Amino acid sequence: MKTIEDLKRLRDKVQAQTNLRHSSGTQVIVGMGTCGIAAGAREVMSALLDEIAKRKIQNVIVRQTGCIGICSKEVLVDVVRPGEPRITYGNVTKSDIPRIVTEHIVNGCIVNDLVIGKITE
Amino acid sequence: MEHVRAHVLICAGTGCVSSGSKKVYAALCEKLTQKGMDKEVKVIETGCHGFCEMGPLLVVYPEGVFYVRVQENDIDDIVEEHLFKGRIVERLLYKEPVSLEKIPNYSDISFYKKQMRMVLANCGHIDPENIHEYIAVGGYEALARALGEMTPESVVDEVKKSGLRGRGGGGFSSGTKWGFTRNAAGDKKYVVCNADEGDPGAFMDRSVLEGDPHRVIEGMAVCGYAIGADEGYIYVRAEYPLAIKRLRIAIQQAEDLGLLGDNIFGSGFNFRIKIKEGAGAFVCGEETALLASIEGRRGMPRPRPPFPAVSGLWGKPTNINNVETFANVPQIITKGADWYSSIGTERSKGTKVFALTGKINHTGLAEVPMGISMREIIYDIGGGIPDGKKFKAVQIGGPSGGCLPEHLLDLPVDYDSLIEVGAMMGSGGLVVMDETTCMVDVAKFFLNFTQSESCGKCTPCREGTKRMLEILTRITDGNGRQGDIALLEDMAKNIKTTALCGLGQTAPNPVLSTIKYFRHEYEAHINDKKCPAGACTKLAVFSITDSCKGCSLCKKACPVAAISGEIKAKHTIDTIKCIKCGACMAKCPFKSIING
Repeated sequence: MKTIEDLKRLRDKVQAQTNLRHSSGTQVIVGMGTCGIAAGAREVMSALLDEIAKRKIQNVIVRQTGCIGICSKEVLVDVVRPGEPRITYGNVTKSDIPRIVTEHIVNGCIVNDLVIGKITE
Repeated sequence: MEHVRAHVLICAGTGCVSSGSKKVYAALCEKLTQKGMDKEVKVIETGCHGFCEMGPLLVVYPEGVFYVRVQENDIDDIVEEHLFKGRIVERLLYKEPVSLEKIPNYSDISFYKKQMRMVLANCGHIDPENIHEYIAVGGYEALARALGEMTPESVVDEVKKSGLRGRGGGGFSSGTKWGFTRNAAGDKKYVVCNADEGDPGAFMDRSVLEGDPHRVIEGMAVCGYAIGADEGYIYVRAEYPLAIKRLRIAIQQAEDLGLLGDNIFGSGFNFRIKIKEGAGAFVCGEETALLASIEGRRGMPRPRPPFPAVSGLWGKPTNINNVETFANVPQIITKGADWYSSIGTERSKGTKVFALTGKINHTGLAEVPMGISMREIIYDIGGGIPDGKKFKAVQIGGPSGGCLPEHLLDLPVDYDSLIEVGAMMGSGGLVVMDETTCMVDVAKFFLNFTQSESCGKCTPCREGTKRMLEILTRITDGNGRQGDIALLEDMAKNIKTTALCGLGQTAPNPVLSTIKYFRHEYEAHINDKKCPAGACTKLAVFSITDSCKGCSLCKKACPVAAISGEIKAKHTIDTIKCIKCGACMAKCPFKSIING
């Protein structure tokens, strides 16, 4: 490291390592209740993580949640972009994940045919 | 490569390691591998969170859920429930002692609410063995800024303007000290970090070194630039193996990145740091003794002047500061002196880390702004006194400090206010005492410590502390004489004014402050041969009251058969046979055995 710019570049690069602990980026929430797990939530989660890694997307927080009651539509995946309503996708399978990631998480376009609900907070 | 979706931070500070965090770490890694989640969940060992009482501590991100007292067998639940399904494991959350409310989030816990964690900001939040994590939170920007945008003089001025005072105890203006060393004549100068933390009950320096070693290294490098030194020493006691290990890793990593070494940031400034392990003598915390020890001589102080700023290590101008002082420096450079001096009181700026120990619910480290009251520290942050006992006093500043009684609890804590009431900031150790603590015994304890640690070079300290200890011992043994209190006060005054170094000059403080605020306890020991707190065993007289039901549990507990009596009839104690061990008192279910 020879200059202050080197330090700033390194800082920007390594911030990705710790962002998770204080960032407020897009949140993706996978329904991990018993119903969700039975419907394949774990597979969906793994596919989601792979897709995010493949596209090297920063500032995405992947979380889980429990059953919210609409078990027939599991697996449920919610996407919350900062300042936008919370979009719930239903009957999600791992093959839907690339679309949700590229269209919604990256580009901000809701994948309409998979949406089952919208919550404005 | 997989996306890491969760971080689990396990405290690997000395406190949590001793309560089993290493086993928890191993169990967690094993379980994650077994579940195939080891790539998506990252486990990080951090430094101390300060809440040592509740260790081992574990924090799960992104939620930021704070788990306390986590043991190996809790790992299954944390992995299966929280990390797999996203359900918080409620039984492992911290419970507020008063409201019994379970609190999942770190910042909502009363222990942390009133704190202002600046020096400890990264402790527990970053991996101290990975320089990248320090850089990610803005590390080494102060050094970059100092070297790139500031002259050495302006760095000294900035530190002076910030109002930072030495955190090791003396409270001397750090900027002024830097200025002295900068202006001293000499071709070679040194920066020395005093990490010889030796007060009983103080462990803040250890935690900073273990949890955020780069902050201290950065502070030292900035100091080196400001005073014109190219070499630094960290004098750290060998009893702190983890701190030493992490410092070595940190220094190596900083060298690898060119943040220590030659021509740092292309500025032409060179700086290297060496570690000197001390053998753990208390007197080596005194600066001239410390320097002697680094030079390989016996750790003994010498008269000052000349001060180390003029003639220090190997006769060269040397700036010595404590760990916490250096740890304050980076933020002063990055955020500015005006920001720093806006925190605290008129003459004491910034924050102070206190180590809470003794009879207090939340043993641990608390960083608070200067000027906060002792009551807030002990009750709001420390959670008060355990077992419903009554507060008696708090010893502040370790063996060099003094005690504060109940009526001084609302005093705003800063360097000057404490000196006015006969205590001192010291390094910030707080030992809390409840009604069962005998104040004469406390004074004896601290004097015993300083007496054993006295290096023996000067007579007032070597002989004086020994004689004072003899008097205190005879008082607690029930052989106190009339005039002993006056004699103690007289000797204390002489030692304070004639001892060679800080150790001797402050050694009588615990005696003086306990006499000042608890003279009646001394008098009770001397005149009535009684210990009001019931702590001095040689003065104890156990007896059984009429509420005795004759259950005979005490009789069975007595190791010397001093208790007699028939079943269902009142028992009696033979005070001549009694060895005053207190076993009977502990056993009695009806509290019928009293002392006095």
